[in-house]
Amino acid sequence: MEQSLKRRKVAALWRGPIVRTAVADSIKKLDPRSLAKNPVMFVVEVGSFVTTWFWVRGLRAGSPDAGFAGHITLWLWFTVLFANFAEAMAEGRGKAQAEALRRTKTETAAKRLDDMGRIESVGAAALRKGDVVLAEAGDIIPADGEIVEGIASVDESAVTGESAPVIRESGGDRSSVTGGTKVNSDWIKIRVTANPGEGFIDKMIALVEGARRQKTPNEIALNILLAGLTLVFLAVLMSLQAFAVYSGGAVPIVTLVALLVCLIPTTIGGLLSAIGIAGIDRLMQSNVLAMSGRAVEAAGDVDCLLLDKTGTITLGNRMAVEFVPAPGVAVEELALDAQLSSLSDETPEGRSIVVLAKSFVPKPTGIGERRMIFVPFTAQTRLSGVDLGPVSIRKGAVDAVLKLVDHMPPALTQAVERIAKSGGTPLAVARDGQARGVIHLKDVVKGGIRLRFEQLRAMGIRTVMITGDNALTAAAIAAESGVDDFLAQATPEKKLSLIRLEQAKGRLVAMVGDGTNDAPSLAQADVGVAMNTGTTAAKEAGNMVDLDSNPTKLIEIVEVGKQLLMTRGALTTFSVANDVSKYFAIIPAMFMGLFPEMAALNVMRLHSPHSAILASVIFNALIIVALIPLALRGVKYRAWGAHAVLRYNSLVYGVGGLVAPFVGIKLIDMGLVAVGLG
Amino acid sequence: MTAMGLLQFGLIFGALLLTTKPLGSYMNKVFDGERTFLSPLLSPLELWIYRLSGVDPNEEMGWRRYAASLMLFSVVGGVLLYLQLRFQQFLGLNPAGLGPVEAGLAFNTAMSFLTNTNWQAYSGEATMTYMSQMAGLAYHNFASAAVGIAVAVAVMRGFTRAAATALGNFWADLVRGCLYLLLPFCAVGGLFLVSQGVIQNFKPYEKVKTLSGAEQTLPMGPVASQEIIKQFGTNGGGFFNANSAHPFENPTPLSNYLAMLAIFLIPAALTYQFGLMAGDTRQGWAVFACMSALFLAGFLVVYHYEQKGNPLLAARGADQTSSATQSGGNMEGKEVRFGIASSALFATITTDASCGAVNSMHDSFTPMGGLAALFNIMLGEVIFGGVGAGFYGMILLVVVTVFLAGLMVGRTPEYLGKKIEARDMKYATLGILIPSFVILGLAAWAALRPSALTSLANAGPHGLSEILYAYSSAVGNNGSAFAGLNANTWFFNNTLAWAMLLGRFFIIVPVLALAGSLAGKKRAPASAGTFPTHTPLFVALLASVTIIVAGLTHFPALSLGPIAEHLVMLSGKLY
Repeated sequence: MEQSLKRRKVAALWRGPIVRTAVADSIKKLDPRSLAKNPVMFVVEVGSFVTTWFWVRGLRAGSPDAGFAGHITLWLWFTVLFANFAEAMAEGRGKAQAEALRRTKTETAAKRLDDMGRIESVGAAALRKGDVVLAEAGDIIPADGEIVEGIASVDESAVTGESAPVIRESGGDRSSVTGGTKVNSDWIKIRVTANPGEGFIDKMIALVEGARRQKTPNEIALNILLAGLTLVFLAVLMSLQAFAVYSGGAVPIVTLVALLVCLIPTTIGGLLSAIGIAGIDRLMQSNVLAMSGRAVEAAGDVDCLLLDKTGTITLGNRMAVEFVPAPGVAVEELALDAQLSSLSDETPEGRSIVVLAKSFVPKPTGIGERRMIFVPFTAQTRLSGVDLGPVSIRKGAVDAVLKLVDHMPPALTQAVERIAKSGGTPLAVARDGQARGVIHLKDVVKGGIRLRFEQLRAMGIRTVMITGDNALTAAAIAAESGVDDFLAQATPEKKLSLIRLEQAKGRLVAMVGDGTNDAPSLAQADVGVAMNTGTTAAKEAGNMVDLDSNPTKLIEIVEVGKQLLMTRGALTTFSVANDVSKYFAIIPAMFMGLFPEMAALNVMRLHSPHSAILASVIFNALIIVALIPLALRGVKYRAWGAHAVLRYNSLVYGVGGLVAPFVGIKLIDMGLVAVGLG
Repeated sequence: MTAMGLLQFGLIFGALLLTTKPLGSYMNKVFDGERTFLSPLLSPLELWIYRLSGVDPNEEMGWRRYAASLMLFSVVGGVLLYLQLRFQQFLGLNPAGLGPVEAGLAFNTAMSFLTNTNWQAYSGEATMTYMSQMAGLAYHNFASAAVGIAVAVAVMRGFTRAAATALGNFWADLVRGCLYLLLPFCAVGGLFLVSQGVIQNFKPYEKVKTLSGAEQTLPMGPVASQEIIKQFGTNGGGFFNANSAHPFENPTPLSNYLAMLAIFLIPAALTYQFGLMAGDTRQGWAVFACMSALFLAGFLVVYHYEQKGNPLLAARGADQTSSATQSGGNMEGKEVRFGIASSALFATITTDASCGAVNSMHDSFTPMGGLAALFNIMLGEVIFGGVGAGFYGMILLVVVTVFLAGLMVGRTPEYLGKKIEARDMKYATLGILIPSFVILGLAAWAALRPSALTSLANAGPHGLSEILYAYSSAVGNNGSAFAGLNANTWFFNNTLAWAMLLGRFFIIVPVLALAGSLAGKKRAPASAGTFPTHTPLFVALLASVTIIVAGLTHFPALSLGPIAEHLVMLSGKLY
């Protein structure tokens, strides 16, 4: 069980080079062709061009309003730049990561094997799917592939950021290797599974760079709403000019554009793509690679988590907690036998038996004199132990030990049943054909996991434990850990049908898997997280890869998905709620000339029509900058029920969005007066 | 405001609370094709209609076919009405000897009645024969109301069916709505109105001598039969020009009460029917609660400003306080027999719903009172709203609210277990935006057209209010007016007719598409992660979205209309 909790160093938000690049990029992004993808900001840019034109014309004519037009123009351009900057910042962090990845992709030489087994040296770019290559100690693995022969320790730090090497070998669930990683020792033959440019690292680079970033379903839906609002405000402003003409005085175009920009949802429009990029990026920071933004979003919708028992709910290993001696056998004697039979047992279970035995027999006596021959565990015997001269001690599964002993005392049979019922695993110990007792091995539930499940339940997410254990054991662990449900004696088929069943009920299912036999389930699940240690088949079937291969990560993934949507929703609400105050700032400013009584609507008591309009535009621009950190970090996630979250966010971003600009615009207006721009 | 005035609101609202559940349950049965207490009487007739028209009531239609059938039905009905009005002089029942209706007016009127608007650019007693009133206009009162209800029911099916492709059978919904709902109620209600003194005859107009000796012509006609469906079907087209202010249409406090209640009966009951179909009546009551809150708020604003009257008159020493002998307040354009409270309540209800019947002249309301009525219409007439139209208008806002709320809790938004996705947002956005575009665009056009402005009786902000009201009323299929605008001109007849058509069908089609899209989705079970849509929090959010969407769209225009008028009035100037 690999569990690297060390994370890649989190890129600091405001790191110098990222900011510098972002500033440059935000100017490049002024290109209308790239802005056209974002209808809201595109309208702002067109508006900026219009006011610029009026400003220049005013300057030439020496119009007294040219100064005002100039200020408005300046801040409109800032609005566009700030939005570009937000996006560039979000992309910047990804780009920095992509750079680091790309450095691992320097042209590698590959040792391709032809049909006769001869080595032929080619560039990695010449490799194709199905080729077989040899990688020896010190070689960079030239392409993604599956080991067909050999075993090697591989340094995967280029991908995972984890410096400890991992073992990769042919057959089984640890046979896949990633191009760009390095063989530390031994050799392996690899069958290439990805053409150049389509490998794992290429996918990572594309993802973090946002080059292939597709809009997620909810983002598209939100964009429709935002585009709709923008259109409505266009119609509002155009008709307003007609009504103003009817009422006796057309509104200056610059003022109209200023109002339009203030009204259309620039806050969310400017930050929307940054939020999406930052969401995927946050997953990257926790070493999860999402194959699409869609998967990240789906993670937020998950109603059902399938979690493997081992490693997620329990610590990876069972621990010995109790010795039950047979009648007539002292517990110390049993402990000694158990210890002796486990001395060579390097499994965590074996070690835990030795540790427990030490509390009974601190110093095993009489070992040194006799020759010890250790008998290793095999799948056939399902026993391991030691021969001390003529004495043979064996421990193993109860039914395997039963075959060795003449007679099982009823007390032990009862103990075996009790242990099994409590969710533990009984191991029997025999000495020279005589049952000596039973060792109680127990799954140790991870600390804090119960709380985690309670939080998930509050969020409306059902947790299902998947285990190969029998129903009895599974039920006991389920009860102890607080998981909602369990699937005992799970087979890949059972897993798949469970997922289908949940989906038929309309639920979205997330699961973690690593083996090839998990591939169908990973593909069927709405969110399938493959362990990076897993097979290529598993990785291809899932829509996320956890580079740390830590199954608990699924819970974090769900949180990131939810956070992503919440941030969008909160900022949209905030953006729309902002408009109310802008009306109260700008409408009286526009029409006080026609109807002096309109001053009554100037509830903020802004200094003059010009200062009111300028203050609104400045607020509108600055709020984008002020919210960049929130957009990149995401709204704080709380493990509450939906109702509580909705109430809280409606208050903060709805009511807050209503009130905040009244204060902000008033303050800016006072500032403008102070610097003589009122 | 007086206790008596508030009591009138209480009596209407109390009655609604009592009728919503039983009527909603009855309607649920009717549209499900289940047996009701009227089945023994009506089902043979129903079956005969199906046989005659070759309709299989059990044949399910997808949203496209449903919408197409509906459009076909409406268009054919509109064309027939147009022809009937153009040739009414040959069609009998014309004791007053009226001639054909002029082409522009006939087009406007045909569109107006087929869209359930009942905008009246004509005065009934001087334009329409009894035959046109009965076989033309009253027919459309029934048909257009039944169409609206059918759409609402189809939409409910879309929202509550899972993994389905169809929304029901339009023809069956249409027939059932008319036969089991509208006709029985109108038969009873019409007789009740007759008992109150509403006339029902085919006599020629009577010439009478007034007390002062002058001669007056009293128009006659089959009024009661048309009056009841005008209210119950939220049509609003009066038999006479004066509409429900006319003593032959609305003679007594009781007939006035029934008129107001009848407007809200079906729209309120639809919310309960929706709850039943959703398998959770709380969903229906939540929508009901939101509508009720907005209803109360609107009434209080209108009532407050109308009772307060005109401060300029008060400054000149006019007594506008209410007392035992006078209602006080702004009585211009109001019937003395109804007074302030009843006029304010009627105005609120008729603009909340897309009815448009009036018992007072909205044009004469104080600027703020008129603003409230106008804003009710601009909200999309979703406060109970027109029969069917109110419900499906509100459901669009529900979808937008659910979308925002869903994002805020970090899940793909769900309503009744259905995910609201990009396609659904597209339809909902269209359904909400197009009406606003039409109102703003046409009003702006009219405001810039010097020839159109000659129709205005009032200059300045009040004139703008009249234009805004006309297009809002047409697009909202309301039909009431700020009567200072002479709408019987080529320009207004045509633009208003198109406004009515766009306002009707450019909501119906997107909303049916939305229903079709949702019908096909699986229903996800609710969990603690899905926010409940039946809580006071959701009701408050829905009300906020309703107000903010309309407010943001219309505040600038309103600021130059009624708001400017109000502010200027306070400083001593009237228009």
